[in-house]
Amino acid sequence: MPHASDRTAGHVAAIDVRNRTSGDAPAIEVRDLTMRYGSLLIMEQLNFSVARGEVFVIMGGSGSGKSTLLKHLIGLKKPAEGQIIFDGVDFGNADDAGRKDILRRMGVLYQNGALWSGLTLAENVALPLAEFTSLDADAIDEVVALKLALVGLRGFEEFYPSAISGGMRKRAALARAIALDPDVLFFDEPSSGLDPISASRLDDLILELKASFGTTIVVVTHDLDSIFRIADRALFLDITKKTMTALGSPEELRDNPPSDQVHRFLTRSSEGQP
Amino acid sequence: MAESHGTESTPAEARVVHSAGQSAIVLALAGEWQLETAAPRFADVLDPSVKADAIGFDTDNLGAWDSSLLIFLLQARDHCDTAGITFDTSGLPDRLTRLLELARAVPDRVAEPDAPQLSRVERIGTAGLVAWDAAMESVAFTGAVTDSVIRLLLRRTRMRWREFWVVVQSNSSGALGIVTLIALLVGVIIAFLGVVVLKRFGAGYYVSYLVGYGMLREMGALMTGIIMAGRTGAAFAAELGSMKITEEIDAYTTLGVSPIDHLVLPRMLGLFVMMPLLVIYADFVGMAGGMMVAVTLLDLTPTQFISGLLSAVTLSDALLGVYKGVIFGVIIGLSGCMKGMQTGTDAGAVGRSATNAVVMGITLIILANAIIDWLAALLQI
Repeated sequence: MPHASDRTAGHVAAIDVRNRTSGDAPAIEVRDLTMRYGSLLIMEQLNFSVARGEVFVIMGGSGSGKSTLLKHLIGLKKPAEGQIIFDGVDFGNADDAGRKDILRRMGVLYQNGALWSGLTLAENVALPLAEFTSLDADAIDEVVALKLALVGLRGFEEFYPSAISGGMRKRAALARAIALDPDVLFFDEPSSGLDPISASRLDDLILELKASFGTTIVVVTHDLDSIFRIADRALFLDITKKTMTALGSPEELRDNPPSDQVHRFLTRSSEGQP
Repeated sequence: MAESHGTESTPAEARVVHSAGQSAIVLALAGEWQLETAAPRFADVLDPSVKADAIGFDTDNLGAWDSSLLIFLLQARDHCDTAGITFDTSGLPDRLTRLLELARAVPDRVAEPDAPQLSRVERIGTAGLVAWDAAMESVAFTGAVTDSVIRLLLRRTRMRWREFWVVVQSNSSGALGIVTLIALLVGVIIAFLGVVVLKRFGAGYYVSYLVGYGMLREMGALMTGIIMAGRTGAAFAAELGSMKITEEIDAYTTLGVSPIDHLVLPRMLGLFVMMPLLVIYADFVGMAGGMMVAVTLLDLTPTQFISGLLSAVTLSDALLGVYKGVIFGVIIGLSGCMKGMQTGTDAGAVGRSATNAVVMGITLIILANAIIDWLAALLQI
């Protein structure tokens, strides 16, 4: 949540008004995380943290475990080993109340939007507000109108997801994700299935949310244009080594790649590939 | 990290500060503005009758804020737009100004107005056209399947035997449990009915007649048809519907391969083969259930029941039921596959297709049963 005095600050910061842990503590901290599907090892020894107010990109080739890592970060899967610390709380081992509190403070934009097809756009955005707040119907309507306006969908409140384009569906899903003014926003492949203009517009929105609300943003993507445009820092998952092999700003990683995989990924090179 | 100015836990506040000698109104915004706590509404803060040339803001004591402050400012801006007053954002934090601009941005596509309400006559006409289109689609689908069968018989298309055997397996061992249970209970129910009614007339012996006729001519085929419509018809619709959503059916079409040949034909023929066999099985199980009741309640021996049954029913009674099974198999296959192929693209589409396939299948089975019985009566079969 932003603060009035931030208007002069050169950097973005989130202020905690709900008595949460804040200060310089990272928004998310991943410690010795191992991910498995059954006995199949996906990734191991993942150690990184996401600072407040930064755009953190998880990148890697197809099948490298990016989306699986996202599922762990948003609580859809439990770590096989290790911890995911969200604002000082171990997400994987939190009790129901703690878990619900964490979920309430995060928003997720799924790869295909995942709007509820039986609900209008307004109802999609209103549902988390009705579920998590004590706002009355009029206040919820106002918040819904604001969120849809922020993503450029003013006037589309009564439309069903099936009646709008893919890009608009993603923006509507983003309106739902930011309904509760989350501290952390997760994006799974935000530009997938979008034309370059719509993808660029979504990148603009991501940057605007970071700048205006000071939201911490975690993006899973392999879209290089998007990575270089929005990322403050990026993490590279190496499918061959089954662990992370790079962490830093995209420009740093491109100029001083720590491995061939990272170099090839960031320069779109198929050199040395079978 | 921004400073909090010692305003933490201070409730949101908005109050009017009149600047002396000027017609501008300044609203002082202070405290923590949170969605979950009661934030001031613009209409409650400023009397609409107050005259001013401009509305500005003082945010020196503003703490943390979220969408609630943005909503307040949008209300203020709407008021300014309506009253022709200048909305002065110079006192607002940059972030708030940017968000206000973002919320005001014109959508790249304007929402079209809702279609006008139809009159009663128009609604009836529209419903009629929809029903006509559906009927034409059914006829076209049936024609396409018939064409596919003819091409198969003329060896102009290949059968996907693996798919066919999967359907056969699913409708043999996979369906025996439910068919056994339902057929047994139906036989028991018919026998109970016979015992209660016929015993009054001292004609309990004729229970075997009732069970034999009932199972062979009617209930064996009918109950098997209804079970398979609910089980296999729904499965066909769901399978093909999922394939439609994932564009697998489009992939067949764009390759120039008929999805009817590859997907519908094996399913239809699988059921065509298995339904009569299941009906024969259901007939035997149902008659066995009836015999259990007769032996238990009427002191008949199994031999007496079977000899009574054999003297009553003929081969044509049994064949009528088997013939119905063939027809019902075609109906179930057609309705399941057709509804699957007509599946929409939304999340609920597969569920609707499965439901429609079951409803259509059962309705057509009962209708076909009545027509076949009527024809059998006419032909004295």
